[in-house]
Amino acid sequence: MEFFLQLLINGISLGFLYGLAAMGFVMIFKASRVLNFAHGEILALGAYIFLTLVTWAQLPILVAFILSLMGSFILGFVIERLFLRPLIGEPLIYVIMLTVGLAAMFKGIMLLIWGGNLYVYPDFLPAWLALDLGPLTVQPVYVASIIIGLIFLSIFGLFFKFSSQGIYMRSVADNQPAAMSLGVHVRRVFALSWAIAALVAGMRGIVLGIISGINVHDLSAIGLKVFPVVILGGLDSIGGAIIAALIIGLLETFTGGYISPSLRDVVPYACLIFILLVKPYGLFGLVEIERV
Amino acid sequence: MIMKRIRNLRFSLCGNYLERYEQELAIFETDFGRLCLLAAILFLFAVVPFISGPYTLYLLIIIAITSIAALGLNILVGFTGQLSLGHGAFFGVGAYAAAILATDYNFPFIVSVLAAGFITAIVGIGFGLPSGRLKGLYLTIATLAGQFIIEHVLVHWESVTKGVRGIVLPPPTIFGFYLDGDVAYFYVTFIALVLMAFIAVNIMRSRYGRAFVAIRDNDRAAEGMGIPIFPYKLLSFAISSFYAGFAGALWAYYMVSITAEPFTLTLSVEFIAMIIIGGLGSIPGAIFGATFITMLNEILRLFTQFLMTAPFMSGIELTLAPLRELAFGLAIVLFIIFEPRGLAEIWRIVKSNFRLWPFSY
Repeated sequence: MEFFLQLLINGISLGFLYGLAAMGFVMIFKASRVLNFAHGEILALGAYIFLTLVTWAQLPILVAFILSLMGSFILGFVIERLFLRPLIGEPLIYVIMLTVGLAAMFKGIMLLIWGGNLYVYPDFLPAWLALDLGPLTVQPVYVASIIIGLIFLSIFGLFFKFSSQGIYMRSVADNQPAAMSLGVHVRRVFALSWAIAALVAGMRGIVLGIISGINVHDLSAIGLKVFPVVILGGLDSIGGAIIAALIIGLLETFTGGYISPSLRDVVPYACLIFILLVKPYGLFGLVEIERV
Repeated sequence: MIMKRIRNLRFSLCGNYLERYEQELAIFETDFGRLCLLAAILFLFAVVPFISGPYTLYLLIIIAITSIAALGLNILVGFTGQLSLGHGAFFGVGAYAAAILATDYNFPFIVSVLAAGFITAIVGIGFGLPSGRLKGLYLTIATLAGQFIIEHVLVHWESVTKGVRGIVLPPPTIFGFYLDGDVAYFYVTFIALVLMAFIAVNIMRSRYGRAFVAIRDNDRAAEGMGIPIFPYKLLSFAISSFYAGFAGALWAYYMVSITAEPFTLTLSVEFIAMIIIGGLGSIPGAIFGATFITMLNEILRLFTQFLMTAPFMSGIELTLAPLRELAFGLAIVLFIIFEPRGLAEIWRIVKSNFRLWPFSY
């Protein structure tokens, strides 16, 4: 029973992390229909910027956190401006391959600068964050990640619901030509969605770095874990991504706990193929009706 | 009558003067190209193996093997328009199939290489099944899942694949001759490459090839024209995986011992990089791309070696892997932004510039 509860809690926290990563991913897809294979690398870059600011520049944690989020934001903006802008209107395969190329590029750059070692952040989370649930305790990191996740989710929920930029972004996602003809600056929306997605990714990179240490390969591999999540949830549904993330997180920890640890990393993908065969647009995705 | 058969050789064309469909289907625009290719193949088989050292031979063999795999991927991605991120895993399936057939069942070289191709084709059809309902992004993600699943199976199905210990292959024999040494294997791989390229060119000129291109350009229109999309997509998956498996089997025999380590997503991306850099939907493009990536790998290796030994670099640790990743990524990104049609297009422009000189534009 205790084991089960521990797995349940691990799964939910893992799911929350996946959900946050998937959020940035879905945002880019919704706004510009780009499937971002470099998501894991952007996430890792955020973690490394934070690491450098905290350990090398010795900045206070909060300042470093805000600065690295700003760094990720600018990074997203620059990526869109330099690499994605020239490809607007090009066939899908070029856009996908461009993000694959970017992923390899960033990975190389990070390996050149920081090497393949495992780093850890200095311990800064207060111990009172730990949640005592009778027989088992939840690590402060997980509590912090869930809190940060909820904060960001509500901020973005409000942003999309009420701010004008958020409404522009939703309109572009919904119908690009119509939004354009109503005077929405579509290119700015693309840039903004990349920037915000990079920010979310960077934030999540930091949280993940706190939990399991910072290593280029591990962090960028997590970028690929996003795919089962977003497909299960439906590529263009943020709420769906969160729910799917919880499902995938639980699935992963329970397979790891009860069946075999080596299956842990494959089960999400097996599940992914199954979903694609049965319900290709996911649980909450927009079904494009087309009979081919 | 015989005189009528022998037409004048055409050496230069300044435009399109096509009057019949056969002309449209012709592989060579001019006989000059045909003669050049013949001369190149003759040179390749009669001269190259005898003037090149072991290192060059090794490079050439690797180029030939990767070219075959890239050809297959180009049929799927470049001609049929189905982006697959699992080609590296299919290459691995071919390598393992050949290794298992050769060790456990004592299959001779040719049979096990061909059988590896067919086994991989069946696996490819299996992972192509989602293409019945999916296209574009969704299919790409399905093939990504396929890559991870195959990788997992190769490592963890210990009773068959021997897990991380790998398999050691017997030396290849053809009709009782031992193919020892790189020169013999050079002939095997390049004859295979020429054959496979010939088959690929001709598949693309057949009704199947035209159907593939129709599906790539507009699947709804293709369906409207009476092309059954799903079987053709599966066929494309099968052909492409056959090429991958065939190449993987050749690779396994050449490497002698194999483990599951190389057949990762990185390899799949490498294959995609080959066809994008070489030119999507172009048969020579796949070969150019494979050559480019293999050479890039080697140049980077030499470059890091040079830097490691250079005096001014002492104290700075430099490893190959990050530079390779960086260079690959950069090459893909630059080609997509500046020359999306790849080396094949550059080659075409250079050729036509020479042909039309001094009035090239």
